[in-house]
Amino acid sequence: MGIPTGLRRIGPALFELAPGFRPGMRVPVRVFASDALLAALDDQVFVQAANVATLPGIVEASLCMPDAHWGYGFPIGGVAAFDVETGVISPGGIGFDINCGMRLVRTDLAWAEVRPRLTDLVDGLAEAVPAGTGRGGSLALSKRELRAVLREGAAWTVREGYGTPDDLRFTEAGGCFPGADPDCVSERALERGVGQLGTLGSGNHYLEIQVLRPEGVFDPSLSRVFGLDRPEQVVVMFHCGSRGFGHQVATDYLQRFLRVMPTKFGLEVPDRELACAPISSTEGREYHAAMCCAANMSFANRQLILHRVREVFSRVFGRDAAALGIRTVYDVAHNTAKFERHLVGGKERTLLVHRKGATRAFPPGHPELPEAYRETGQPVVIGGSMETGSYLLAGAASGAVSFFSTAHGSGRTMSRHQARKRVRGRDLLARMEARGVHVRAASLAGLAEEAGFAYKDVDAVALATEEAGLSHRVAHLLPVGNVKG
Amino acid sequence: MTFTFVEGATSDVSFEARGATLPDLFAAAAEALLAATLANPEAVEERVRQPLALAEPDLELLLLRFLNELVFLRDARGLLLHAHGLAIEQNGEVKLAGELAGEPIDRARHRLEGDVKAATAHGLAVAREDGGWRASVTLDV
Repeated sequence: MGIPTGLRRIGPALFELAPGFRPGMRVPVRVFASDALLAALDDQVFVQAANVATLPGIVEASLCMPDAHWGYGFPIGGVAAFDVETGVISPGGIGFDINCGMRLVRTDLAWAEVRPRLTDLVDGLAEAVPAGTGRGGSLALSKRELRAVLREGAAWTVREGYGTPDDLRFTEAGGCFPGADPDCVSERALERGVGQLGTLGSGNHYLEIQVLRPEGVFDPSLSRVFGLDRPEQVVVMFHCGSRGFGHQVATDYLQRFLRVMPTKFGLEVPDRELACAPISSTEGREYHAAMCCAANMSFANRQLILHRVREVFSRVFGRDAAALGIRTVYDVAHNTAKFERHLVGGKERTLLVHRKGATRAFPPGHPELPEAYRETGQPVVIGGSMETGSYLLAGAASGAVSFFSTAHGSGRTMSRHQARKRVRGRDLLARMEARGVHVRAASLAGLAEEAGFAYKDVDAVALATEEAGLSHRVAHLLPVGNVKG
Repeated sequence: MTFTFVEGATSDVSFEARGATLPDLFAAAAEALLAATLANPEAVEERVRQPLALAEPDLELLLLRFLNELVFLRDARGLLLHAHGLAIEQNGEVKLAGELAGEPIDRARHRLEGDVKAATAHGLAVAREDGGWRASVTLDV
């Protein structure tokens, strides 16, 4: 199919497909991308974004971020906002890994201090943060305790001694989505999640030690405010979500919605993964409450992982984590649906903004930002491939065009299966080690799936978000150590 | 009873399963799920057995529910399972009964590769083909 003929440029890095591209579209599709990223986009992204444009109550447009790629139901890198009265909520618009997200952590350490201890650190992290299929965590929670986690999110973790109040301040929504109701969660989800707090999972989840090289600083002023203020500074970044708990919540409600959608709500969707329910329906409200539980489980998970990171660094360097300056820069979700206030046609409205593989990017001055970042805009963490590095960016006022959303990663260009055919995990491991990146992988086959060539050029993605006005580049961070799930 | 992995959604794993009968088709889909989870599915021995009974409004939802039962049992209870002796009855709603047989994960023998999060409804299809049945499924990994 290639690029649809009806696609027209409407901005420097913005393209639009008018309704009419596919039957039933209520709004246009808008794709934020450079010419090169657009040319490489999966055909299916246009089809999937157009399918999203058919959903009831969608406002303004079905949006694709510069890292968009073919997903299940909604495209990955998809953003869609729905009117709270007439709109729907869709598990497929959030993803099975609810509140999959990124946390960036700064340290006072310089690369020269870390380099001789790199192997100890990576191996220590691999031990302390279980990764891979079916690996359980170090905290044995009762179901009662897990329910408290679901209500309180990262605040529960900090209350139990695994973190600081500052960690919460620098976490999206303070690490707790309001509206979580554990009574809307199945026993199966509880059973699946009870042993998984503090675990990385598998697939594209990782924990990295990274270095900020002088040439990686794009905005020295914002970089300083975000705590990246030292030459050759070492930081830690990790990517993970709500683990099996969130997967089960999404599965339960997807199946429930599919059963009742045509009969109870008279809704038909072009792909069953777009199963949805009116936001105001019992089913819609209960899914939202359960989804918030999963989001909170994920915030708690990343908070506990940070605690383990602090323990490992502290042990290896023989100094207290606070003395090492280990502090959260920001923790941000990229698979959620949130009620937010946005200007639509000059009027402020409450919308339910679905972001699936897309990061919230609030602008300077936004009231939900912590005071320290009120003037900078919200930090945005874009995880690249383990070979190419990652980005720290900041939200911008011009991001109103995307309901203040931006990219979340590089975006895959080839399937896992294709990547495995191109490189053997063992060879990739050797290549990474030769480049000075120490890797501990739970699965060599899984490692091959995450090779740099399987992803878009993260530099191009970060630049495109800037050209489109969605976010502003602050720093590029290069991996030196990687624990791969 | 066969399955093949096919190109599908970029981040995920898609497969097509085939069977002479619906029970064969569902058993093939269970084998595909097992093959997406570990490199050596043939190493899964049948040491534990448990019954399974499900009902859904249509065949596609039944397949989705069936695969997600297997995902749940692996992730929550650490069980790797084959499906046996399935019976599928279509009478208004669609019912499945049968037995799952397998064993707990043993990292010394089972080479785990993919952490399947869920079977998705994306492109989900169950259809008759050449006198038998074919299913298309995408797994979120």
